[in-house]
Amino acid sequence: MKILVCISKAPDTTTKVLFKDANTAFVEENVTWILNPYDEWYALVRALELKEAQGGNVTVLNVGAADNEAIIRKAFALGADDAVRIDVEPTDAFVTASNIASYAKDKNYDLILFGKETINYNGGEVGGMVAELLDLTYVSMASKLDIAGGVATMERDITNGVEIIEAKLPLVISAQKGMAEQRIPNMRGIMAARSKTIETVAANGASALSVTKQFELPAEKSGCKYYTADQMDELVQALHAEAKVI
Amino acid sequence: MSVLIYTESAAGKIKKASIEAVFYGSKIAAQLNTQVVVLNIGDASNDELATLGNAGASKVLKYAALTTLDSKAQSKIAGAAIEQEQATVIIFTNDLVAKAIAPRLSARYSAGMVTNVTTYPVINGASFVVRKPVFSGKAFVDYELSSDKKIIVISPNSFPVEKSGNVATVSDLSYTLAPSDVTITLKEVKKDNTDHIPLPEAELVVSGGRGLKGPENWGIVEDLAKALGAATACSRPVSDIGWRPHHEHVGQTGIAVKPNLYIAAGISGAIQHLAGVNQSKTIVVINTDKEAPFFKAADYGIVGDVFEVLPKLTAAVAKFKANAN
Ligand SMILES: Cc1cc2nc3c(=O)[nH]c(=O)nc-3n(C[C@H](O)[C@H](O)[C@H](O)COP(=O)(O)OP(=O)(O)OC[C@H]3O[C@@H](n4cnc5c(N)ncnc54)[C@H](O)[C@@H]3O)c2cc1C
Ligand SMILES: Nc1ncnc2c1ncn2[C@@H]1O[C@H](COP(=O)(O)O)[C@@H](O)[C@H]1O
Repeated sequence: MKILVCISKAPDTTTKVLFKDANTAFVEENVTWILNPYDEWYALVRALELKEAQGGNVTVLNVGAADNEAIIRKAFALGADDAVRIDVEPTDAFVTASNIASYAKDKNYDLILFGKETINYNGGEVGGMVAELLDLTYVSMASKLDIAGGVATMERDITNGVEIIEAKLPLVISAQKGMAEQRIPNMRGIMAARSKTIETVAANGASALSVTKQFELPAEKSGCKYYTADQMDELVQALHAEAKVI
Repeated sequence: MSVLIYTESAAGKIKKASIEAVFYGSKIAAQLNTQVVVLNIGDASNDELATLGNAGASKVLKYAALTTLDSKAQSKIAGAAIEQEQATVIIFTNDLVAKAIAPRLSARYSAGMVTNVTTYPVINGASFVVRKPVFSGKAFVDYELSSDKKIIVISPNSFPVEKSGNVATVSDLSYTLAPSDVTITLKEVKKDNTDHIPLPEAELVVSGGRGLKGPENWGIVEDLAKALGAATACSRPVSDIGWRPHHEHVGQTGIAVKPNLYIAAGISGAIQHLAGVNQSKTIVVINTDKEAPFFKAADYGIVGDVFEVLPKLTAAVAKFKANAN
């Protein structure tokens, strides 16, 4: 089975978010970059499990500048066979998707896996766009994935429950919690990662469909009002009359 | 030209979030001086669909329900409506359906899209500027769309609906799906046999963390939720150790909620937890540790023991509800 896993980098979850240049750019100094958790914990680990059980090849793909190579090496350390970086700093989800689709179009992947969303831009868009550009089946937010005889069996959430669905390969999937468990790279993986090569591919020149105008930090909370355990009637009154939420 | 709102119905009903989307679309149409067309895939009756006029729809196109969410099939049906109505603005509410379909339409029509939008667009000729939370709620960003078609996926529970008293006309969308457009087969549905309120739609949420000490103690969380008519949620370690089901896990790696009221009991307020709850309108925190970081994000705080505070709060809510009736 040939599997492509699209990976993005994201600021570590404890990052202090700050902006510069009149709030038009994210301050990247002192930011620790990680593999986007959904891409790493769920999409990549499940791809590796499927390969280990059934044979095949796992390629990771990132659209981004050369300094993304550190997070690509993390994917190698976890067990990815090959890695590709498309050399462009994407300005929106469509640029990312278009470049991924151009690269994947003649490679005959059985599965193309995405995370549910990037934790910095929270779009959840790239996977569905790639599926459309390649005219493939797309299942978003899958929480389980098994493959047998060219058919994928998946679980996904519905209101008050889950459903089990099937679709034929080839298939594009976005992964969320439940699909796999986080792995810690072992020493052998980390050593092997150092010597593997990352293939660099030129960008396809696609242009963005949306433009980032400005960031803004949310207003500070005006301060917490404290009540004691014996003032619950007063608290309920405040929630009703002041906050107007009950 | 038109503004098209994609909606679904199940068990004869249209979701509240869909009605918000219709109202949102009607506000844009008023500015653009165009029609408001709603596409509804599902089983709602014509009478039920006509009530969307109340939220600003002039015309509703209906299409029979499919057996399950199928991004390709549904995006084809939506595409038929978009082309027939020459829609230039397409509105979704941010749910599982939009996540599956909206990106396909964006790529198909080179339509700029933004998800989880919390503002009405600022319209300037062909340019729309909309705002959404990014960095898991730690910031906002304004995006500009200037493509011919635009897709806006709105955040639920963000746009109060004003009723107009109008009635919409309802007709069938005629479109035949090609067999190759149906790509997903439903094998089994596993409903949890409770009738609890689904978290993503909840207006009130009571959430518990490790401070509850064990799954056997969740009765006091559920009692408060029941008194309020709230959904229940939990922190990640609580679902990881199996005290509560995974679908209750909120935060950066779980569900992001946006209720009017979020009550956090025995949760420390780690940055990854806050990422999923910081869009809540009002936050109440109950924690024995007055230094717990959650108090910095709270509107109301009780420094105290959940085992004492929760039952007292439940009693106060019950008393308030009894007096209100
Ligand atoms: C990449 C990453 C992603 C993550 N994603 C998430 C996520 O999506 N959601 C999430 O929740 N976490 C997430 N976490 C974990 C997060 O960092 C915290 O560890 C977690 O939120 C802590 O859960 P808690 O508050 O229930 O437990 P604790 O941190 O142990 O806090 C328990 C709190 O209960 C209080 N307490 C104890 N006894 C009582 C009592 N009797 N009455 C009242 N209060 C009491 C304590 O003072 C303490 O503040 C993530 C972590 C990482 C690294
Ligand atoms: N720059 C990128 N390179 C490769 N894959 C990406 C990139 N950005 C996003 N993705 C993938 O697309 C998914 C959804 O991203 P988004 O639509 O930005 O929320 C992520 O979880 C990744 O799997």
